[in-house]
Amino acid sequence: MSAVVIRIERGWGPVAEGEAIVSAEGFSPRYDLDRWSGVITKPGHALEGTSIRDRILFFPTAKGGIAAGWAFHDIRHKGIGPKALCFGITNPVMVQGAVFAGITITEGWSQDPQTWLRSGDRVRVDPGAGTITLLDRA
Amino acid sequence: MRLTDEEQAMLAGAHGEALGRALEFQLAVGRFYGAERMVPIGNAHMMGDIEVMGDAGLEHLERLRASGARVRVDISTNARCFDFAWSERLGQDAAEAAKEKRVIGALRAMDVTTTDTCINYQTVYQPHFGEHLAWGDTGTVIWANSVCGARSNFEGGPSAMAAAMTGRTPEYGFHLDRCRRGTFVVEVDAPLADVADWGALGKLVGERHQSYWQVPVFTGLQHTPQADDLKHLGCSLASYGSMAMYHMVGVTPEAPTLAAALGGKRARERVRITAADIEAVYAGYRNADASCNFVVFSGPQLSLWELKRLAQLFDGRRVHPGTTVFVTTSSALAAQARALGLAGVLEKAGVTLLEGVCVYILQNLTQMRARNGWTNMISNSAKIVNTITAHRFNTILRRTADCVEIACSGKFR
Repeated sequence: MSAVVIRIERGWGPVAEGEAIVSAEGFSPRYDLDRWSGVITKPGHALEGTSIRDRILFFPTAKGGIAAGWAFHDIRHKGIGPKALCFGITNPVMVQGAVFAGITITEGWSQDPQTWLRSGDRVRVDPGAGTITLLDRA
Repeated sequence: MRLTDEEQAMLAGAHGEALGRALEFQLAVGRFYGAERMVPIGNAHMMGDIEVMGDAGLEHLERLRASGARVRVDISTNARCFDFAWSERLGQDAAEAAKEKRVIGALRAMDVTTTDTCINYQTVYQPHFGEHLAWGDTGTVIWANSVCGARSNFEGGPSAMAAAMTGRTPEYGFHLDRCRRGTFVVEVDAPLADVADWGALGKLVGERHQSYWQVPVFTGLQHTPQADDLKHLGCSLASYGSMAMYHMVGVTPEAPTLAAALGGKRARERVRITAADIEAVYAGYRNADASCNFVVFSGPQLSLWELKRLAQLFDGRRVHPGTTVFVTTSSALAAQARALGLAGVLEKAGVTLLEGVCVYILQNLTQMRARNGWTNMISNSAKIVNTITAHRFNTILRRTADCVEIACSGKFR
């Protein structure tokens, strides 16, 4: 398999490797997520029923919401946080929340993940190098 | 980023480790967005309740307090998840209520003013044109940017707290002229007679343009909006679209004309919203199981004028047996509503008036829903219709008078 490497616009945090979850819909930890189980529970959400624990999450947009400022820190300490958050377009609270929680976060991508990545694939996110690399197909 | 001597000293720990860490955190966020410097702020507003911060957040605050941290800029708090006078009756956890009291204690010890309101802009602090702020929740930010011409990004709880401690915030996003220009035009061809109509407008515009960096410019309004209309529009845009600013030509201060609102640029898009579009929003909700036993006026908390209008609608009527109606406002406005007799009218009708909270963040809400057999949640707030869904409610937006009719008849309309 030839390696797929895409560029990100900006990022923060340590290098993260793990299983990708790719969503066609935006995300808010308050509107969409059960913050006690780590499962997306909003009825009708594209990822309803999916756990975000230890995953690398790809969302086109951020929804809401001030809650992310605390929520990522909370779910990380509950042991149900994601390894990294990759957004097409995010908002400052997602960034503040991820930095506060110590969770890697990126914004912008040279290729839409919907075109090269599937949920279950393994990826590496490297904010310092400004890249996301596909490691293994599911 | 370019730092002043004072900021360099803060970072080096000259004013304590907590302050240095707070600034370090802010700089990391500022660098993410390419901020060149920090700007002084006039006021901060933070979300800080146990439901959202969890045990880890409480420990963070108590560590801060133990370190001797204090704020240097006035900071108020957003709605929280307990009205202690009601928590037992609502079946909320006593242990969590005790933690919420610890949150309040820690914040007060650091000189945070625990106002517990999401409508600080209607009740606590009115920022001036061009004033830099560090506010959250989203409804407060979009009000400050749009209606006051003040300048704030969405600031999460820890971030607003850090800003109040350092007295500054990174200069990116809506602190900069270039991010405040309108990006698309919304021509409104609808009467918008109720706050729910304004919320529906915000839903239509926000859902289709979901981005923090989009700034809609509204034109063509048929009447001058009132403060509560703008409140519901802003809360809805922020909730559905993650938006932090809008312009309204001839109404908001940075939009004396359409050209001024667009900052000399061409709009990327023009959309038209008609009365039929607004009606289609109402028609789009399904009634999950025919139950109409949970009606909510909350998210955002009600202003005095909203309380007055609601009291007029409920006056002499009774909430249908088996139906719960929650109204939330700040403790200050609740006291005023009591003095004016408005609270008495609502309570005589069987309405539950909750203070200092918002319904969608009530601790234990999912369990409360199951225990009370609430399937549908009916509200005149487009924001709460969106935000409460993680608790697995089927939500329905209705105009204020329709919500009151449903509450008193138990019948869907």
